[in-house]
Amino acid sequence: MSTRPTAPSGHVDGLRPDDPTVLEAPEAFDPPAPRASSRRPPAARGPAGSAPETGPDEAPEADSESGAGTVSGTGPGDVPETGQETGADARPAGAASAAGSAEPAGAAGSADAAGAAGSAGFAGAAGAAGAGPRAAWLALLVRSWRQLTSMRTALVLLFLLALAAVPGSLIPQRNLNPMKVEEYFAEHPTLAPWLDRFSAFNVFGAPWFAAIYLLLFISLIGCLWSRVHWHARALFTAPPKAPARPGRLPGGSTWTSPLDAPDAVDLARGALRGRRFRVAVAPGDARRPDGSPDHSVAAEKGYLRESGNLVFHLALVALLAGMGLGSWFGYQGTVLVVTGNGFANTLISYDQYSGGELVDAAGLPPFSLTLDQFSASYQDNGQPADFRADVSYQSDIGSPVRTDTIRVNHPLRIGSAKIYLIGHGYAPHFVLRDPAGAVVWESYVPCTPRDGMFTSTCTVKIPDTGLPPVGERQEPQQLAFSGVFTPTTVLDPGHGYVSTFPAARAPGLTLTGFVGNLHLNEGIPQNVYAVDTRDMTQFPMTGPAGEKRIAQVVALNNPGQRTLTGLPGGLSLEVDGVHEFATFQTKSDPYKGLVLGASVVIILGLVASLRVRRRRVWVRATPLDGGGSTVEVGGLSRSDAQGFAAELAALSEEIRLDTTEAEATADGEKPAAAMPADPVTSTTISATSEREP
Amino acid sequence: MPVNEGMANLSDLLFGTSVAVYAAGMLGYAAEFAFSRLGTPSGKAATADGDGQLETAGEAGAQAEKQEILVGAATSAPGTAEAAGGSIEAAGKPGRAGKATRAGAGTAGLADAAGGAAGSDVAAGGGDAAGSGFAPWIGRIAVVLTIVGWVAHVGSAVTRAIAASRVPWGNMYEFSSMICLIAVTTFLALMTRQQIRWLGVFVMVPVVLSMGFAGTVLYVAAGPLVPALNSYWLRIHVAGAIVASGVFLVSAVTTVLFLLKDRWENRLAEVASGRAEASRAMRSRGGIVMRLPSSATLDTITYRAIAFAFPIWTFAIIAGAIWAEAAWGRYWGWDPKETWSFITWVIYAAYLHARATAGWRGRRAAAVSLLAFSALFVDYYLVNLVISGLHSYAGV
Ligand code: HEM
Repeated sequence: MSTRPTAPSGHVDGLRPDDPTVLEAPEAFDPPAPRASSRRPPAARGPAGSAPETGPDEAPEADSESGAGTVSGTGPGDVPETGQETGADARPAGAASAAGSAEPAGAAGSADAAGAAGSAGFAGAAGAAGAGPRAAWLALLVRSWRQLTSMRTALVLLFLLALAAVPGSLIPQRNLNPMKVEEYFAEHPTLAPWLDRFSAFNVFGAPWFAAIYLLLFISLIGCLWSRVHWHARALFTAPPKAPARPGRLPGGSTWTSPLDAPDAVDLARGALRGRRFRVAVAPGDARRPDGSPDHSVAAEKGYLRESGNLVFHLALVALLAGMGLGSWFGYQGTVLVVTGNGFANTLISYDQYSGGELVDAAGLPPFSLTLDQFSASYQDNGQPADFRADVSYQSDIGSPVRTDTIRVNHPLRIGSAKIYLIGHGYAPHFVLRDPAGAVVWESYVPCTPRDGMFTSTCTVKIPDTGLPPVGERQEPQQLAFSGVFTPTTVLDPGHGYVSTFPAARAPGLTLTGFVGNLHLNEGIPQNVYAVDTRDMTQFPMTGPAGEKRIAQVVALNNPGQRTLTGLPGGLSLEVDGVHEFATFQTKSDPYKGLVLGASVVIILGLVASLRVRRRRVWVRATPLDGGGSTVEVGGLSRSDAQGFAAELAALSEEIRLDTTEAEATADGEKPAAAMPADPVTSTTISATSEREP
Repeated sequence: MPVNEGMANLSDLLFGTSVAVYAAGMLGYAAEFAFSRLGTPSGKAATADGDGQLETAGEAGAQAEKQEILVGAATSAPGTAEAAGGSIEAAGKPGRAGKATRAGAGTAGLADAAGGAAGSDVAAGGGDAAGSGFAPWIGRIAVVLTIVGWVAHVGSAVTRAIAASRVPWGNMYEFSSMICLIAVTTFLALMTRQQIRWLGVFVMVPVVLSMGFAGTVLYVAAGPLVPALNSYWLRIHVAGAIVASGVFLVSAVTTVLFLLKDRWENRLAEVASGRAEASRAMRSRGGIVMRLPSSATLDTITYRAIAFAFPIWTFAIIAGAIWAEAAWGRYWGWDPKETWSFITWVIYAAYLHARATAGWRGRRAAAVSLLAFSALFVDYYLVNLVISGLHSYAGV
């Protein structure tokens, strides 16, 4: 193999032929395999060779490890790719595993306790204990753990996660839209129960979905464990020594300097320091393999890449933890409040409540809130422009009453809870009077909005009408009305009364009435928004639409057109106004902060990990016989070699100028020194291009 | 908030103008691309490609037919007569093949040569120095048209912002327009630094298509935002999503080009090693594909684009979650839009992992990249138009 590869070569193989010293600490740049290093955490390193027990069954183990290493060991840096590199990777991995087998079984036991890092120990134990069933189990465990924490598994799990999320967006989900789920069941009576069996209507809470992401995160944690170890070590290790001929690396350069070797090295050190490399100068008594003094500098920069990457992955774990804790300790409640009314933060106040497993529903923070006024404004085409709910609230029993405005996007924060405005609508005011004109019943009844113009359906149920039961079965005479509320009422020839604008400019209500048994209070929960008309009969009413009509229309703003008479028992019903109601949602998620913090860290880590380049530069000066020295500069980048080529060129130029200008072109025998613009460089600068992680 | 009708009309007019001018520019790029096969594929890349192929041709024993294509390709560069001459000479002497490369390294040599040229200035498009044919002129006119269209496009966005007194990204018509503006801006900005006119036609086709779609199907008149959209997180979130989508679009384009070029290089290697015959299709399309940078360069561009856009996409999702928290009280609810943004994010993360895992580079990584972009497409078009969810009102 030539030292100047013709084809674009990977980073490391340019080095190998030259200088075995580079391989002394290959993992400082290119970890053989994260797991290999995790198996050998410095603390757990057994006395090498103290008990060389590499049994026959150990060898295949080592092999499979190094195999895994090449797949998964693409670890924290960029990936070696070519065959030779793979081989180089395999070597230290194999060595490490062989050393691992040397570990006494007792140490393996303690490694067991150490958790993930102990997988090496397992391997050792398996090797040492021979072929007992326990050992086989352990070996299997180790192998599956390694498989799980391999990068390829991570990749597969990522794909699975994406795939698993797809049905969640195509099939209606219970937590998002329960009505659609019911429709789906009605439309697909055979298919739906089957889908339901596989949690298809609750994909994101399904066990199989959880299995995928939990596996992914276990894999991630296992992967991180070793990478953090390895990177921490790299952070405290000097960059690896310079190769014999750094100038021969792709993009390297060589020239002659009038300076003595130590001085040239010193200048180079200064230049590298100036560019904020981490620099290690070979100590004064260092010797090359051939015994000559070693005048060289090794420099490295861009540790932030790996740090950022680790921080990013760790923050992912924190994010998931935050989301999980939030769902255990958070709660939410939804409540509909008509203007003038209020609610307290107690379980019974809410129309809908759901809390995490670890929330004490009886001990919710006792705040209370009243809706003083609700106002909505609209554009001319009826699109909503602004909603605001003016509220007064008490954060605690007995604490002072404060006022505030809740708007969409602007919730009210009380303690760890936030109160959101999530909807609004109309609640007409119904008054039922007896023949003498005394009020029997009155109430604001919220109606459910049906469209953008707030055409709403209203259901009124009046159990206590004061009318006597009738018939031999003594059926009660309860009343119910169902109606359609239209805030801006217009008579459309084709469709009857419709709403043409969402604001209550001309509120109207189309009503039909029923009398009979509502079947309330029979222990069966009823939908407030639907009338059970099994035992009820429709009755005609007299009102604006005429005498004895089944359907009547009342105009709420017109005192002459809003009373219906002729109801059973001579009762009359007036709809004398309308209030707006607002729907509030109380949400408490005490771990939101953690999630937010993790998100910020995710972005920072990601940017560091994708933007920073990790690179190494070496400078070597070799003394010349007649004084002066030959200076060589070379470097490697693990990513974005194109950008690095320019940086290296600039750096070499700087060092060259530093080391030659003292006695410019003193020795003309080397054209390189005489022609700074055209250095004797290996012209393979671009040869390192096209390689990126 | 009243809408300034004059400004709104001006905005629509400018939008139409810009689509029309872009379309003309697109045709210009296409014409340059198509004609330069016969005209002037000049610049370093052409030379390098020519050389690389000659080496492989020599390797294969210089069958007459092959020489025809390959020499034809090389000589079709009158601007670089010297190189072409040299190549002809080399082609005439099959002996030189020995020097070229070992068997199987044919593509490597080619990629190497092209890559060398492509390294600092991705050549090809710029026949500037040597342009004697008319194709480069068409190309230059196309660039001018693109700039004119871009000015109109910017004008359209600005006038719409003034008309509605808000940021000009509040509905899908406006999102589409902005994504295209980002894509064209990216392209123009890159062009000031690198010779990438060849990319023109590939960028302009999706831009013109999606702007056309936006202007017809998705169009809505200028107006204020619905309350849920009226938040500064919206501006941040949507801006992030738009920038990332624009860049992802470019990465999808380069991925497709990578696949084309990669296939072509493989075929060439087969022809060179005598395992296959040069097909008619290769001869007729070879000129075009040859003008693309090496597959390795395209791969790198794809990676860079994705590595640039991925953090922005991440940021956009997080900003969206913050906004959802403020608007609906939950930061994540698996709404279809959220689900598909998540799917897109996961697949792009898988792409980055795939590149880091040996054996998954090249074609497999390209497949992942295209898969991710399809998810983005679903997220953008299908979720808004077909699947409905909380975000739907933000849509059309
Ligand atoms: C929750 C799922 C995960 C996500 C979303 C994720 C995301 C990412 C992203 C976006 C990168 C690109 C950063 C870069 O290229 O520098 C990356 C890199 C990396 N990830 Fe993950 N990751 C996940 C899980 C894992 C797991 C389980 C492992 C270990 C098996 C892993 C190992 C790595 C490694 C080694 C790199 C560095 C690749 C390189 O050097 O370019 N990741 N990850």
